[in-house]
Amino acid sequence: MKMLEAKELKKSFGGNEVLKNISFEVNKGDVLAIIGPSGSGKSTLLRCITQLERIDSGEIVICGDTLVKTDAFGKAVYADKKQCAAISRHLGLVFQNFNLFPHFSVLRNITEAQRKVLGRSKDSSEEIARKLLKKMGLADKAHSYPCELSGGQQQRVSIARALALSPEVLLFDEPTSALDPELTGEILRVIRGLASEKMTMIVVTHEMLFAESVADRVIFMDNGNIIENGTPEEVFKKSTNERTKAFLSKY
Amino acid sequence: MTIQNIVTQLGGGMLKTILLFFSTLVIALPLGLLVSFARMSKVTFISKKFKPVRLLAQIYISIMRGTPLMLQIMVVYFGPYYLFGMKISSSYQIYAAIIAFAINYAAYFAEIYRGGIESMPQGQYEAAKILGFTKAQTFFRIILPQVMKRILPSITNEVITLVKDTSLAFVIAYAEMFTMAKRIAAKETSMIPFVAAGIFYYVFNLIVAVVMNRIEKSMDYYK
Repeated sequence: MKMLEAKELKKSFGGNEVLKNISFEVNKGDVLAIIGPSGSGKSTLLRCITQLERIDSGEIVICGDTLVKTDAFGKAVYADKKQCAAISRHLGLVFQNFNLFPHFSVLRNITEAQRKVLGRSKDSSEEIARKLLKKMGLADKAHSYPCELSGGQQQRVSIARALALSPEVLLFDEPTSALDPELTGEILRVIRGLASEKMTMIVVTHEMLFAESVADRVIFMDNGNIIENGTPEEVFKKSTNERTKAFLSKY
Repeated sequence: MTIQNIVTQLGGGMLKTILLFFSTLVIALPLGLLVSFARMSKVTFISKKFKPVRLLAQIYISIMRGTPLMLQIMVVYFGPYYLFGMKISSSYQIYAAIIAFAINYAAYFAEIYRGGIESMPQGQYEAAKILGFTKAQTFFRIILPQVMKRILPSITNEVITLVKDTSLAFVIAYAEMFTMAKRIAAKETSMIPFVAAGIFYYVFNLIVAVVMNRIEKSMDYYK
């Protein structure tokens, strides 16, 4: 079952074409790793899928619902506001720099959206939050504030915050880029754990070993294009593309 | 005239000063937020560069900050008579003073709010959007509480200035503290009313500083 279909996505900022012609799919339970040099459009791609940016043309279908398609004039036409909001409920996003709410406790960071967006009760949202915190190894941090936590702990809270809304696809935008190698390991373990539970995920990452060992599919992007789209073995071991080989040789 | 007499007479002035002070804050703090929204408005008209709401707010702030508050108080008080020939009574004094102070301070508060709101990292809005919060929820639950923490020191500054500025209401003979002190001093040819007034303003501001400091401390639990 397809959880995400992107067809011929194009996106420019001013005259700068950031996404040139991006098409790919993600199947249920798959982990897709997106790798590539800085400025290749990886983050912009995630931001377009999660509606933080709008595409210029192309088609995005999420969990069977069409978010945007292109009309006869080649212009992107989005679903109405309500539908767009409903579609974004299918997705969760984990940011590079966490973006936790600093004035809320860890627990409230995880319960606030459950209560105000999904309308869950205080008790049930706290129960869900505590279960997730336990899973993240942070059961004793429920009443701490984000500023009292290490970067790795903050990132685990932000994963818990995203999971609390039961997304069908979880997206990560360079989740370990703001962390030192030791803390990186703890986040990668969490993602690995989610992969083993068959959570559908899209992970933009610079951790090649991680991408190779956890992902079911790997996309290599460069300069707004998808250069390579295949299994980790196809991309990391068997690629004949010069650009791919040059990029991977640095790792 | 004994000191006790002077203080009793000044007492009425004190109450009026306090009334003017709190009324101004109660109106100017929320009004300033509205003005800051207008100042940041993205509404365009005809051309993409012409933002009428923003322009109006800019003009408003510019006038309020660019002309003396004393003059503004007089315009608000005497304006209805000179412009429309309306009869003004002394009961209008308190309203004129509150209106003038509120619209003046709202302009200053608006710029403080704007500075605070614009200093918020984009990531907070993005996280809130991804989690599905509405724009109003995002602003009032996520953004504004953090903005308040950031702007509190600047607000404290303005509030302390306001305590002292209330004395400007003397120009329309609103019988606040300073007006009373002047009257008594002239009548009794004594410095004491001025000293008493000085002490009053100082103590008032001391209390303001302590209270604001408490509020600031209460937000210290996060960075």
